[in-house]
Amino acid sequence: MKNSRREFIKVAGISALGVAAASPVLNALASGGEVAHEEKKVVVKEESSVDSPYKTNKSAIHGARWGMVINTSMIDAKKAAKITAVCHAIHNVPEIPNKKQEIKWIWPDKFEHVFPDKEDPYLAEKFKEMPVMALCNHCDNPPCVRACPTKATFKNSEGIVMMDFHRCIGCRFCMAACPYGSRSFNFSDPRKFLDPAKIDPAFPTRMKGVVEKCNLCAERLAIGKIPACVEASEGAIVFGDLADPKSEVRKLLNSNFTIRRKEALGTLPSVYYII
Amino acid sequence: MNDKKIAIAGLTVFIVLFTLPFWWNMAKAKPAPKPVISDKARAAGACIESKDVMAKSHMKLLDEWRVLAVREGKRTFVNSKGVEHNVSFSTGENSCLGCHNNKAEFCDKCHTYANVTPYCWDCHLDQKESAK
Repeated sequence: MKNSRREFIKVAGISALGVAAASPVLNALASGGEVAHEEKKVVVKEESSVDSPYKTNKSAIHGARWGMVINTSMIDAKKAAKITAVCHAIHNVPEIPNKKQEIKWIWPDKFEHVFPDKEDPYLAEKFKEMPVMALCNHCDNPPCVRACPTKATFKNSEGIVMMDFHRCIGCRFCMAACPYGSRSFNFSDPRKFLDPAKIDPAFPTRMKGVVEKCNLCAERLAIGKIPACVEASEGAIVFGDLADPKSEVRKLLNSNFTIRRKEALGTLPSVYYII
Repeated sequence: MNDKKIAIAGLTVFIVLFTLPFWWNMAKAKPAPKPVISDKARAAGACIESKDVMAKSHMKLLDEWRVLAVREGKRTFVNSKGVEHNVSFSTGENSCLGCHNNKAEFCDKCHTYANVTPYCWDCHLDQKESAK
């Protein structure tokens, strides 16, 4: 065969045509013979459009900035244990024997641990042993939200510092950023430490490698219920909208002297304590 | 150009080997399994959208749901017919799994066939399984 430029271009052209003709056949083979063109159809309307198919529940209760007032004198060890148990039961928070890996959403602690900046050698005995409920403070200026690289932790429009567990990559920056120790990391699969008979299927568990914390019962607010700890506290914890001057929390703040945890840090907690 | 025969034979062997996976799969391909609709879902009459839409886009819908419910607190979905539905995958009776209460036959069957392992179940609980 004589090799010439003319011959080469001919062969190259025919080869190119052949490849172009074969590729749809190969594609069809790869997708199992089905035509995969219809996928592009957009089913669900864009969230930004005015007639968005999504809206908030009718039964939901709304607030501009949710907050809590905890009357510590009304909580004894028994009630503190009950509050913790109720919260942890409905949110499937595992009880892990290893203290270093424990998961906590709300828990009783000593005064000196909850308020380390209120150190006082002459603090009355009754305060030293009194259980003080600690939980996520749902700060107005939350450092965890700024630290989160994936926006898994965010502040929602009602002032709740929420976690989107779907997005958490387990980097634990938020745990380092939170000055209140309100966040726990799942070092192992939490389901191992949950009693299968007691797991509440209404609330998802978490998985290994995810951080978790109190969500101020956002899932209960959505169906018109107040947070479980408030319900279990029998009046010791009052929940309400801090932005509403007529709310019960604001009335309590008006008539009592209250403190917040580590106020000097400027995180502006939404949880107030009447000591 | 004396090696024409060898070259063509080599090319043929190469093409056969290269396309072997396709031939192999064609011979082995099984029809896609049909998900079993639970009695409860059948009694409800219709899913939140048409069967066609759900089959093709349930993953997109769920992805949207989880963002809007968790991040924006929008937990009511109005479908194309104007009927309202609770935006929840696994919370109670009024959720996806509340109605489709046969995970193994409804979800797993196709997921196994398609070799997809959605990580929904790492956290969300199948109500039947957890009750055991």
